[in-house]
Amino acid sequence: MATIEKTKQAPETQRYPLTTFSIIVLALGWLVPGLGHYVQRRYVRGALIQASILTLFFCGLAMQGKVYTSNFGNLLDILGFLGNVCIGGLYLLTRSFDWGQGAVQRAVADYGTKYIVVAGLLNIVAMIDAYHIAIGKKK
Amino acid sequence: MKPLELSHFSAVLIFAVCASVVFGISQRNTPREMVRYGLKCFVWFLGGVIAAGWFMWLLKR
Repeated sequence: MATIEKTKQAPETQRYPLTTFSIIVLALGWLVPGLGHYVQRRYVRGALIQASILTLFFCGLAMQGKVYTSNFGNLLDILGFLGNVCIGGLYLLTRSFDWGQGAVQRAVADYGTKYIVVAGLLNIVAMIDAYHIAIGKKK
Repeated sequence: MKPLELSHFSAVLIFAVCASVVFGISQRNTPREMVRYGLKCFVWFLGGVIAAGWFMWLLKR
């Protein structure tokens, strides 16, 4: 009796090579939100992403949200700092001009703190999107 | 400088709009799909907050 061999075909995985341009796109996207899309001529996407992230960030600052500094204490503070750093150039501006509050004193300011952290996290999402466009994974 | 005073709902509204725009653009490929996904995210954000608000109101009672 003949045995039927089932051959499982592995799904074709397309490889996307890492290029210098894709790394530059990542770095630019980190430095200025939306810039990673701009350099690839995705102007509308870049503008929408930039407007969204900047709105969250500056609303957070206007609500007197806390801007975290580097620390090795409380885990939530460390994560907050990492979230803030993800905003890139804006974080550097914030630190150099001493924007933002050191401590939250009102409920609305706590929302502001979350706004600033989420702006950083959304910037990471936008950076990865720009990177995927650069390596050809996304049209 | 006078701090920005937002109500809870308007704070959620701004958050939902901004997050939905970024999610919509980054998670889908075509413009049509982006708009649809962005709207879906927005409705989920807002619906979730309203549902959570009513749930907390019930807990308080």
